[in-house]
This record gives sequence, C-alpha cells and structure tokens, in this order.
Amino acid sequence: MEDQEPEVENTEATDPAEGAYWRENIRLLAVLMTIWFACSFGAGILFRDFLDQFSLGGYPLGFWFAQQGSIYIFIALIFYYVVKMKKIERKYDLDD
Amino acid sequence: MGTQSLIYLFVGLSFALYIGIAIWSRAGSTKEFYVAGGGVHPVVNGMATAADWMSAASFISMAGLIAFLGYDASVYLMGWTGGYVMLALLLAPYLRKFGQFTVPDFIGTRYYSKAARVVAVICLIFISFTYIAGQMRGVGIVFSRFLDVSIFWGVILGMGIVFIYAVLGGMKGITYTQVAQYCVLIFAYMVPAFFLSFMITGTPIPQIGLGSTVNDGSGLYVLEKLNLVLGDLGFGAYTDGSKSMIDVFCITLALMVGTAGLPHVIVRFFTVPKASDARKSAGWALVFIALLYTTAPAVGAFARLNFIDTVNETSYSEAPAWFKNWEGNDLIAFQDKNGDGVMQYRSGNAFEGSPEFSEGTGPSGERLVTNTPVSDSENEIYVDRDILTLANPEIGNLPGWVIALMAAGGLAAALSTAAGLLLVISSSVSHDLLKSTFKPNISSKQELLAARLAATAAICVAGYLGIYPPGWVAQVVAFAFGLAASSLFPAIFMGIFSKSMNKEGAIAGMVSGLVFTFSYIVYFKLLNPAANTADNWLFGVSPEGIGVIGMLINFAIAIAVSKVTASPPAEIRKLVDSIRVPRGAGDAQTH
Repeated sequence: MEDQEPEVENTEATDPAEGAYWRENIRLLAVLMTIWFACSFGAGILFRDFLDQFSLGGYPLGFWFAQQGSIYIFIALIFYYVVKMKKIERKYDLDD
Repeated sequence: MGTQSLIYLFVGLSFALYIGIAIWSRAGSTKEFYVAGGGVHPVVNGMATAADWMSAASFISMAGLIAFLGYDASVYLMGWTGGYVMLALLLAPYLRKFGQFTVPDFIGTRYYSKAARVVAVICLIFISFTYIAGQMRGVGIVFSRFLDVSIFWGVILGMGIVFIYAVLGGMKGITYTQVAQYCVLIFAYMVPAFFLSFMITGTPIPQIGLGSTVNDGSGLYVLEKLNLVLGDLGFGAYTDGSKSMIDVFCITLALMVGTAGLPHVIVRFFTVPKASDARKSAGWALVFIALLYTTAPAVGAFARLNFIDTVNETSYSEAPAWFKNWEGNDLIAFQDKNGDGVMQYRSGNAFEGSPEFSEGTGPSGERLVTNTPVSDSENEIYVDRDILTLANPEIGNLPGWVIALMAAGGLAAALSTAAGLLLVISSSVSHDLLKSTFKPNISSKQELLAARLAATAAICVAGYLGIYPPGWVAQVVAFAFGLAASSLFPAIFMGIFSKSMNKEGAIAGMVSGLVFTFSYIVYFKLLNPAANTADNWLFGVSPEGIGVIGMLINFAIAIAVSKVTASPPAEIRKLVDSIRVPRGAGDAQTH
C-alpha cells in the first residue's frame, strides 16, 4: 500500500536533528498505520467471517469491528500520536 | 403547543442564533475570511470540523442507509471516520506548518507551478459543487416536510441564512456558527436515539443497546432478532453483506482517502494556531463525529425493527399517521397488489422505479401509483431510505418537541456543510485564481471583495442546483470522494513525504488519476448505467470504489514521470524540510 509506506530514501534532512526526528516519526507512522489497517480492513472486512464466530454481547465480533470498534480505535490512534509526537519533538527540541 | 408550532419555534431560534453569531464575528481581513485569523482553539476547531463534515447525508440519510444495507453500510462508517486518521497522521500538521490559506496554495507552491495550482482549483471546484448540490437538496427536503413551505422557498430561505454568515463572516463566521450547529445537530440526533434504544432494549445508550437483548421477553439479541425477522420476510441477514469483499475493501479505502483529500475538510486545519494543534484538532473532530457515527448503526437497526413492526401486515386504514404524512410527500408508497388492504412488506421491489402518483386513491384510501408492479415479489411497500431518521421520532411515538428538534438538526447539518463548501469555492476563486494566478496586483481589500462576490455567486449556483436538482446529482456523489482520492490526496501526500516529487510528476499524476476516475464513473453512472454490474467492473470494483485504482494510477504515473524529469529545485527541498518540522508555525493571532 503506497500510502502506508512513505519513501524512506528521501528522508535525509539538512539538519541531523531534523533527520533523526523525521525517521522516528516515519517509524511511528508505520506502526500506527498498520494498526489502522488491521482494525478496519483486517478485522472489519478481510477476516470478518472468521471473527464473526466470536461475539461481544449481541454483536458478532467482525460486525462490531466494522460498525463500532474500528472507530474507537481510530480515535485512540490519533490521540496516541498526538502525545507521542510531542515527546519526540521535545526530545529533538523541535516542538512548536 | 402543537408539534407544528414547536417546529417553527425550534427552527426559528436556531436561525436567530446563527445570525447573531454571524454579526458578532464579521471578518475584517483576508486572513480572517480565509482561515479565521489562524487562532481557533483545537477543540473548537474539532467541533466546527465535525459540523462541517457531517452533512445532510450523514444526518438524514446515513441511519437509513445502514438500516437497509446492514453490514454493507460499514463502508460508510469506517470510510468516513478512518480518513481522519490519515488526516491527523499524514496531512494536517504539515499543511498547517506550511501555513497558507488553501489547498491549491500548497500544491501550487510545493510544485512551483501555476499549472499545478490551476489543476488543483479545477479538482476542488468540481468536488465541492457535487457535494453542495446534495446539501441544498437536504435543506429542501427538511423544509418541505416540516415547515410546510415549498422546496423553492425552503432553499431560498436556507441560502439567505448561509449568505449572511458565510459572506459577512467568512471562515471566522462559519467556524463559530458551525460550533453552534454541531451542538444543535448532535443533540437532535442523540435524543431520539436514547429514546429508541431505551424503548427497544431498556438500555438508553444506543451503542450498548445495539449489542443487548430486545425488551420483548424473547431473550434474543437485537441483531439476532433483526436477522430472524428479515429472514422471514425473504431478506438476507442484516449482519451479512451482499457486496463482494474486494468492493467493500475498495469503497472503504476510497472513502477514507477521499475524506482526507476533501478541500473543505483540509482547510479547517489551517485555522488552528500550531502544527501540533492540527493533530489534536483532528482527534477532537473524530471524537465529535464518532458520537454520531457510532450511534447511527444503532438507530438504523432499531428503525428497521420498528418499521417492520408497525407497517408489515397492518391494514392501510390503520396505518400510523407518519406513514400517511410521508406518503403525502411522495417518499412512501403502498401498492395493494393482492387487493387485501393489508400492507405486505417483503424483500424485493414493490414496483419498478420510484413512485409516480396518480390523482385517485385506492379502495383503502392509499394514493395510487401508476408504476408497473414487480410480479415476482410480494412486497407492496416502497420506502425512500432518506426518511428513516426524520420519521424515527414519529415511528417511535416520541413527543412533539423531539420531532421539532430533528427538523432543526437536519437544517443545521445541511447548512454547516454548505457554508464550509461555499467558503473553499470562494477562496479558491479569489485567492488562487485571481490573487495568485491571473491578477497578482489586486490589493487585499479587493481580494476580500472578490471572495465575497465569489461566495455570493457560489450560493446562487448551489441554490439553483437545490431547487432544480439535475437527475445526475444523486448518481455522482461517488465523484466527490473518488476525485478527491485520485487527484488531490496523492499530490498532497507526496508533496510532504517525498522530496524528489517534482511538478511534472505531480501534474501528470493528478491529471491521469482524475481523468481515469472521472471517465469510469461517467461511463457507468451516466452513459451506460445498464452495464453497471459487477461482471463489467474493472477487477470487480464499483464506481464508488474506483477512486482507489485512480489513486494507485496517480501514484504510479507521478513516480514514473518524476524519475525521468528534472528534480525539484533546492528551495523546494528546503520548503519540504521546513514543513516536516513543527517549530516555527506560529504567527497566529488570537481573537
């Protein structure tokens, strides 16, 4: 998936701190976008039939991921990224 | 007080509120007009983004879509929320750091080319007008059903309100009215949802109610009962879909990427003070959106149960009042095929096409339709999916003020999105076409005037489309997302994540993605709708999901072309370096 794998060879920045910061950002993005993909396209679509044999209350699990769970996970991903990025930016003294 | 007076009261109060806010927050400068001065608090912006994003379609149509599509409707739920993850992680903070006013600004500057900017403007205008026509139609539907005015006057009134706060206030006026509109629309959506959930399951929280047992002593879960009832009537199971997996996959991805590429959404992130605020703001936007989007599946399922309960095997003479109200608005029809006066609701179409009513009434008093009956289905009921949300309070026998609230909420949803779209259209005309491309010498005062004139013109076009909706409008909603996914998103994404992407690559990519997606949708939706079946689709991908293939084409062509043409100049590489780092975004003004 092209939008998941940003081109890493272009990441060298003029400033070494900026370069290191950017590489760390890309690594974090790769992890988070993988989770993003796994909970929606994975659990909600590709492996839905398999997951539907389990249930969460009255929800078949795959159906729950598709209509509820993935949305909750999306929110958690964004706020995790907000917090984590602030830390990375502070580490390289690049925060705004 | 009667329901009708309550509706006038609620709608009147909400309009007075929007106009009050508009007068309080007039825009004085181009920066205030385009990006609200760039000093909006991230939570406030998140709320405004949610109102901007949730259109008449989200408010009015989505629960209905889910009710009738079941699992297949998951594409909208995941597609229209997952895009915010892409926005927050891949686009918003960098675009905020870049710090101009519009999406074409970024594309024009990053790809050092007026041609790229103009291509972006064309994509933007096309996407936004497709979208806005639907909003105006939503305004018309709400007015004609709830306020007893014709669609014509409904749209004129709606246009007048939007005119006041969008033209006077620009982005600043829009932002604060959108906050008010969010509060109105979410309240209007949640109240009936709580009632319904409590009525059907005994649990007031709809997200939990949908996973609970039905309150009728059967001990069945809501979804189990729904599957059972639908099965008896010949429908497929609610929790199973009928779309192929590849199609569900592609539609979901196209909607996600399309969401992240929609100009009126992106531009909202130019209004916060800092790059890190853009991330936060996207998170808050998704929280506010998720409140409605996680409720909608519950509302859809409850409404479907309720609908079957009250309509199926009921004789027409005893049909509830809401049934006859909506029949009066042409959105429900009953064709008594077996002549027993009782309404049979089954799988399949009752008759061909949408209802053509004739003057007379049938033996039970139902309005007669002239459509050819479908003989191999016992179904006698035609129901427009759009009415479910609006009819819900009536179907559930909820008090009059809840119905009035729905009317105000539906209008808030339609007006807030329309205003956001009008703003991106007007700023792309005044800022990108005039100031940055064709008439660079105009003063900012003249630019502001041009922006207001462009907004006025856009309102008139949108109003015309709302009053005389061209038949193709409903057919081409896929356009907005498909085109955003295949044209704008890849250009912006590569502009941030690749330093070697040059103008030749970006322009070739945008044009090829756009042309491919555009032709595919036009062919299947307009030129040859008869061929619009899975057998004829490329890789089994429907026109709704084709934006994904368009996006891949865009990426592939852009990368190939950039490899064989001159790499971007040094200052562009520096620009990319600077937008990747949050420090220095500042220079916001507070207000």
